Amino acid sequence: MSSAMPNHKTTQNNAAQNAAARPKGFSIDLKTWGPFVALVALALLGVLINPAFLGLDNLSNMLTRSAFIGIIAIGATFVITAGGLDLSVGAMAAFIAGVMIILMNSLVEQFGAGITTILLGVGASLLLGLCAGFINGIVTTKGKIEAFIVTLGTMGIYRSLVTYLADGGTLTLDWAVRDIYRPVYYGSFLGITIPVWVFFFVAVIGYILLNYTRFGRYCFAIGSNEKVAEYSAIHVDRVKTLTYMLQGVCVALATIIYVPRLGSASGATGVLWELEAIAAVIIGGTMLKGGHGRIWGTVVGAIMLTMIGNILNLTDAISNYLNGTVQGIIIIVAVYLQRASWRKTGT
Amino acid sequence: MPSIKTAVAALATTTALGLSGAVVAQEYTIGVSIPAATHGWTGGVNYHAEEAKKRLEALYPDIEITISTAGTAGEQANDLEDLVSLRNIDALVVLPFESGPLTDPVRRVKDSGVFVTVVDRGLTEEGIEDLYVAGNNHELGRVSGEYIRERLDGAGDIVVLRGIPTVIDDERVQGFQEAIEGSEVNVLDMQHANWNRDDGFEVMQDFLARFDKIDAVWAQDDDIALGVIEAVRQADREDELFIVGGAGMKDIIKRVMDGDELVPVDVLYPPGMIATAMDLTVQHFVSNGPVTGEYILGSPLITQENAEQYYFPDSPF
Repeated sequence: MSSAMPNHKTTQNNAAQNAAARPKGFSIDLKTWGPFVALVALALLGVLINPAFLGLDNLSNMLTRSAFIGIIAIGATFVITAGGLDLSVGAMAAFIAGVMIILMNSLVEQFGAGITTILLGVGASLLLGLCAGFINGIVTTKGKIEAFIVTLGTMGIYRSLVTYLADGGTLTLDWAVRDIYRPVYYGSFLGITIPVWVFFFVAVIGYILLNYTRFGRYCFAIGSNEKVAEYSAIHVDRVKTLTYMLQGVCVALATIIYVPRLGSASGATGVLWELEAIAAVIIGGTMLKGGHGRIWGTVVGAIMLTMIGNILNLTDAISNYLNGTVQGIIIIVAVYLQRASWRKTGT
Repeated sequence: MPSIKTAVAALATTTALGLSGAVVAQEYTIGVSIPAATHGWTGGVNYHAEEAKKRLEALYPDIEITISTAGTAGEQANDLEDLVSLRNIDALVVLPFESGPLTDPVRRVKDSGVFVTVVDRGLTEEGIEDLYVAGNNHELGRVSGEYIRERLDGAGDIVVLRGIPTVIDDERVQGFQEAIEGSEVNVLDMQHANWNRDDGFEVMQDFLARFDKIDAVWAQDDDIALGVIEAVRQADREDELFIVGGAGMKDIIKRVMDGDELVPVDVLYPPGMIATAMDLTVQHFVSNGPVTGEYILGSPLITQENAEQYYFPDSPF
């Protein structure tokens, strides 16, 4: 445990310093660059399998798709860095999407199918995300219940709530509202789609928050050793609750750009997103036991996960039944590469 | 957990006792065990089961129907035990979550002397059920294939979005392939979209990126079809192709009714089959004719002309 503290300090240094400190002249710091190397390798594989991979449309589709998991995973980076875990994010996204749709549909009568209706829906989404995160946080910290159990519980609650709201079927957004809301997913600015912009800005803010603020340093400290953090006069419960609230807001943001894509929500929305988000975080170099987080790694991890699915869709060389196997192997190898370099350098 | 269960069980028993004391004793109790409404089609099953219960109980005062829903195969096995021990059912209508794990629990119900109707997914062992009511997955594939073949005049490039890798999916694809065999209809690729909108959207996006010319899409399922429609719209390629879904979701049937060029037809795999099964099971007690055997529903092609009779605007599916 205590070895994680100095470990986190090296993380703060940049790669160049790391390399300079080492006697070897030529070596790549796989800890930092591992995810990027894996991403490039995967992209090369994609091009080899099908040249259509590099098509502008395909790249744009892929990045846009990865935005949902990516934004959620950035929130998850904070939670995991602070030693927590949130399994409820997929169900939470489905629930928020459901409430948003019901709300906007009912607001049409009063405000018409316009910007006001959509802004109210968006506002409700953010509020719900904040509240849901607060509940996860407060029950975990004040209730002293394992995050795994708390969020497993809320996962079941949100999942069944959305099924209940949808009457077991699907909630569909009013067509008129949908037409106005649609550009939030399909529209683009400077040739880059809106979801990718949102993803990018969330990542930049997340990066600053995690690496250059007191809150970020507290997250590292708590994840490394909660007891020590408490003795260092850090308000552990408050910081941890804040990470869950941040996660909730990220889920809300992802939902806001998800809803206009298909204009619907059902019990099948967001299934397994929690695992994808956690996988993205871990592939990116964050440690599951906490104390060590990387935002850009998470971004790369989320893109990689989407890319694997995309590449598999671009080829019929591998039996469809084996898609899960390929995905699993790539994830494990990507993480192993980073861990292997860890052992060698022996921090 | 056990304490809650016992509480619920106690409550159920006392309610049942209280009712039987106050009202005239029910002559037949029919238990209906179905998967919980966690996805579109099962949502439709739940709706039609509730509607059938209302209708049948009003029609036959001496029939009582109990519906229980389960989220997993294990839960459903528990439900079956409870139906026998707590409700003392005379007949069971069961839509098994999965065939394999539920074969034995259903056999045990049968062994206790209950009339058993199995719906949609068969058991892995023959001869357990008295009555089998099901849709026809093979025919759903065949009808879809024949329509696409005819509409394309026997030649063209198509893509296929499959469901979750299961026997149902295999049967549908097999029927489809038989229907297009010998024609110039060329399947560019098949990928699993897991009967899910989001997956349908993503898989179709990738198909569109990969193939410059697609004449038709067999989405096999209406949830997938809705995702496909969005992907096609985004790529601005509505004019070059048409989409064939399946099941009979109200949104898709509405499009067919309205003459949507992109979705000209649908192929039925009705969630209402649960109502058919309940009807037939009741007939076992009230009619003077035999009702055992197999009852396989057709998978008719839904076109603009006949769409109205398959349209249930109040159903969640």
